[in-house]
Amino acid sequence: MTTTTAPPSKPSVRRTAATPKAGMTRKRREALAAYAFLAPDLLGLLAFVAVPMVLALGVAFFKVDGFGNYQYVGLANYKLMGSDDQLWASLKITAIYVVSFVPIAFVISFGLAMLVRNHFRGIGWVRSAFFLPHVVSLVVVGLIWQFLLVDKRGAVSKLLAPFGLGDVSFLGTPSLALGTYVVISVWFVMGYQMLVLLAGLKDVPKELEDAAQIDGASAWQRFRFVIWPLMRPTSFFVVVNSTIGAVTGLQAFDLVFVLTKGGPARATSTVVLYIYEQAFTFNNIGYAAALTTVVVGILVLCTGLMFAFTKGGRFSED
Amino acid sequence: MRTRFFPILAHVLALIAVAPLLWVLLSVIKPAEDVFSFGWPSTWTLDNLQYVLLKFPLPRFLLNSAIVSVAVTVIALFFHSMAAYALARLRFPGRAIIFSGIMSTLLVSLPVILVPLFLVAKQFGLLDSYAGLIVPSIFHAFGIFLLRQYYLNIPRELEEAADLDGCGYWRRYWSVILPLSRPVLASLSVLFFLANWNAFLWPLTITRNPDLRVVQLGISGLQGQYASAWNLILAAAVIAAIPTVVVFVAGQKRLVDAMKTTGLK
Repeated sequence: MTTTTAPPSKPSVRRTAATPKAGMTRKRREALAAYAFLAPDLLGLLAFVAVPMVLALGVAFFKVDGFGNYQYVGLANYKLMGSDDQLWASLKITAIYVVSFVPIAFVISFGLAMLVRNHFRGIGWVRSAFFLPHVVSLVVVGLIWQFLLVDKRGAVSKLLAPFGLGDVSFLGTPSLALGTYVVISVWFVMGYQMLVLLAGLKDVPKELEDAAQIDGASAWQRFRFVIWPLMRPTSFFVVVNSTIGAVTGLQAFDLVFVLTKGGPARATSTVVLYIYEQAFTFNNIGYAAALTTVVVGILVLCTGLMFAFTKGGRFSED
Repeated sequence: MRTRFFPILAHVLALIAVAPLLWVLLSVIKPAEDVFSFGWPSTWTLDNLQYVLLKFPLPRFLLNSAIVSVAVTVIALFFHSMAAYALARLRFPGRAIIFSGIMSTLLVSLPVILVPLFLVAKQFGLLDSYAGLIVPSIFHAFGIFLLRQYYLNIPRELEEAADLDGCGYWRRYWSVILPLSRPVLASLSVLFFLANWNAFLWPLTITRNPDLRVVQLGISGLQGQYASAWNLILAAAVIAAIPTVVVFVAGQKRLVDAMKTTGLK
């Protein structure tokens, strides 16, 4: 408006006076707009993610009773852990679960991804079929497998009866329950991991493989020396993700909660299930908070080690 | 010969993978006494499904889940797209720090912060309420990250044109960016809906009131009440799973696209 009415005799003065000012307000307006756009999510993340994280550290030094009364107890909650056999048992169970679940799930998912990599008749159905178990909830998955694994009468027992395994109680035997839980978890996640790996395989240039084939490389050699190295970043992502999921993911809680409630004889009591019990069954909120900080510590350590061993997983090539 | 072997193997394995789901689907339409029988049942029946829908508060559970999942999905997409727009397109002091701060929350999963989150929710008076089921579930860095990546690839010229037309930031976001982000919003809505429809741990922690029970809580409760009535438990489980399968089939392509982008770019 002002520029249009400005006298033509002094345009240069006007411009030098107006431009910096307009630039300033524009910059400030942009920043203000940005903060306004960010505000809802930032406040939410602060209140429901950041504050709880910090709070866990704080509450760990308190004893909290059922009525919400806080009493400062120093390191007592941490000292309690030393003599808590159930905690150590659940840590061991989680460790066994991770060490068996992560590699099995990865190898099977990679195999499936290779299998459905190239087009064939009905490939859409095949890919969806592998992914379908991941679509239904972990609660439904737990219920389905409980039904299939009902002792003696269940479908699995009937299928195994001809092999003399009809009487095996997969969820009722302490030594078998954890393995059963691993198998069901693999069934649940393999389709998801397959999809992520498939996306990685799409980025492997076909020409490289063709060139290797022309040079006389066998199928295994093409996999080992062309596909595998190029798949390292994707594989790293899948393994880290799957490890975190196995330690603190919903599969470590929902599935065991529905399937076995941590039993039999606490054979499937994962750490997250144990923390939940401490907090909401026994009302030891302070102790549960202390346990949370330990699990976070272990998780950060594990991820750090994985980054170190794989040289950062080579997320970027710089 | 090899070229034919692998596709056949894939088909066989796919069938094995869905067999448990198909078996349960079949079991639900068998008469109660046949639920464990391996042979072909004499008759098919919808009694089990009818029974759980009429005699259990299952419709209420389904309604609760629908309210919560739709509310979380809509609000989350709105907030995340706003935040992502600011992070991708606007310049402001502290942008890098805010972005890495948001990203650093990606590692945090619900079981990890469950206990303190419960305490926070209690302080806000969110226990046993729809707000308690909805509000804490909205905030997650994943959606922000994905949308930001998408916005980085929208040509700037489109927005500059709007700028020249005198549109403010809000209009540029609402009239230019949002309509252009329909595909990614659709992908994310499939993901968010599934995640929230399937949520169990948070509803279990935050609600005691039976009227607020979401469907996952409801069906897991049946298992305790009707320990051996598998025909009914499975019928309820199948009904709980139907929306997820429908959404998956309808939004499959979108879902796969979103999955592929998960942290790969």
